[in-house]
Amino acid sequence: MKIAVCIKRVPVMEVKFAITADGSRYEETGLKYDINDFDLWAIEAALQLKEKAGDGTVHVVCLGPNAAQEQIRKAMAMGADSGVLLESDARNYDGLAVARALAAELKGGAYDLVLFGRISIDSMNQMTGPMVAELLDLPVVTNVFKLDINGATGRAERVLEGASEVVEFPLPAVLTIDDGLNKERLPSLKGIMAAKKKPLEIKPANLDAAQVTVRSMALPAERAAGRIVGEGADAVPELVRLLQTEAKVL
Amino acid sequence: MANVLVFAESRAGELRKVALEAVTAARRLTELSGGGAVHVLLAGAAGIGSKAEPLAAHGADKVLVLEHAGFALHNPEALAATLAQLLSSGTYAYGLFSGTSHGRDLSPRVAAKLGVGLIPDLTGFTVENGAVVGQHPINNGKVIATLALSGSPTLLSVRPAAFTPAPAERALVAESITSAADPAASRVKVIELKQGNTDKIDLNDAAVVIAGGRGLKVADNFKLCDDLAEAFGNAAVGATRAVTDEGWRPHSDQIGQTGRNVSPDLYIAAGISGAIQHLAGMRTSRTIVAINKDKDAPIFKIADYGIVGDALEVLPVLTEAVRAAKAS
Repeated sequence: MKIAVCIKRVPVMEVKFAITADGSRYEETGLKYDINDFDLWAIEAALQLKEKAGDGTVHVVCLGPNAAQEQIRKAMAMGADSGVLLESDARNYDGLAVARALAAELKGGAYDLVLFGRISIDSMNQMTGPMVAELLDLPVVTNVFKLDINGATGRAERVLEGASEVVEFPLPAVLTIDDGLNKERLPSLKGIMAAKKKPLEIKPANLDAAQVTVRSMALPAERAAGRIVGEGADAVPELVRLLQTEAKVL
Repeated sequence: MANVLVFAESRAGELRKVALEAVTAARRLTELSGGGAVHVLLAGAAGIGSKAEPLAAHGADKVLVLEHAGFALHNPEALAATLAQLLSSGTYAYGLFSGTSHGRDLSPRVAAKLGVGLIPDLTGFTVENGAVVGQHPINNGKVIATLALSGSPTLLSVRPAAFTPAPAERALVAESITSAADPAASRVKVIELKQGNTDKIDLNDAAVVIAGGRGLKVADNFKLCDDLAEAFGNAAVGATRAVTDEGWRPHSDQIGQTGRNVSPDLYIAAGISGAIQHLAGMRTSRTIVAINKDKDAPIFKIADYGIVGDALEVLPVLTEAVRAAKAS
């Protein structure tokens, strides 16, 4: 089984972001980076499928800055076999431009599956996977949280608001992986050592001019600090009074 | 004239509230761009056309009804082909989708087919010289990006609950259309829709959301959240990732970074400490109430009202108090 996983280097979100003085972007100084959460689950899915099949390869494709080699090496330490970095320093919010660059790289790769995370937690675009599928004319199932591959066909369950749907699809296919499918493995020491020797190709990303442009960035309005109404069940009458008279939601 | 094509979402033959939100957003788009018509694509099995009335009541000038057995369940390939055909006809300046699981599955397919850009999950927008300039939360909702997109047509999706359906009465004009691709020939086949309790209000439609965390200790204690939801009447129950990972509640009930974004009038967090991943999915709620044993729990920093105490003791008393308040 030949699998490609598209991953993204994203900021670790457990920080308070600051906006630059000109309001054009968020400050990047001091940020830490990791593989996008959902992409970790896509890598894990690929590794499990390869293990179950008994043979195959997992190839990582990443579009990002030179430093994204770190994330590709981490994927290799988890068990991916090879990787390519499509190098670009652009902070790209144009999903179609990114999808075209990825599709050009994946085209002709004869992958049985191309996996993506459902959404990248930085741009929150949630569009690259299905766009790549369309550009490559492959079937695509998005938001997959259950997956079963059986020969040349697959069955997946995808999450909806308050429901789910069961989907059948032929391989080759593109899937976007949601939370719930699995938990990612941690790279082992042996894996980390092995990753250093795995092939990582670096070439410039071929990005079209962006159709989507960033006008400005801002922080969301802060919530005013609330108050502790009281302790235990005794505080319920006061809470109900506040919900009725102050918040007017009851 | 800047006409808008809206994809109206339905499920199991019923129109979803997000469809009306999308029509309201589309009316706003035409107002901002100097007038135009709002057309809506409504697809489903035979009989879906009979559900078109609310679309007209919210401002749809025309409803394009696509009835075929192959659309009884979501059929993304045939829908994307039909939407791409309609949007490339020159009639429409904009294509508007709900930022739902289906909307965010379809819209990128259509954008790639047409070779046009897409801005997703907008919480608000303006129009400048025909270009849509909209607000899109990024970085787990911790930063708001204002994005601009021009091109013809321009595709966008709007975040559920960001637009409140507004009546804009019109006489229903329905036109029957056919699919641009054979619905039976789709490679991707949805074979089953697994609905939760269909009487349940969806998390995105509920005015009140009761969310439970690990502090509820065992799955059975979610009954206390269900009881409180029932006391409010217009409420739904959600959960944290820890809870859905434990299998106490279905995956689709998860609120947070890796789950749903909700923005109800009232959010009650019971036994939830307030991990940043959870806050990402509910911080825009209008009023937040937190019940937690730990007075230093991060949830209290964003809650309007907090009760320090065991949710298992507080919830039943609150349920009784809400019942009494509703009855009086």
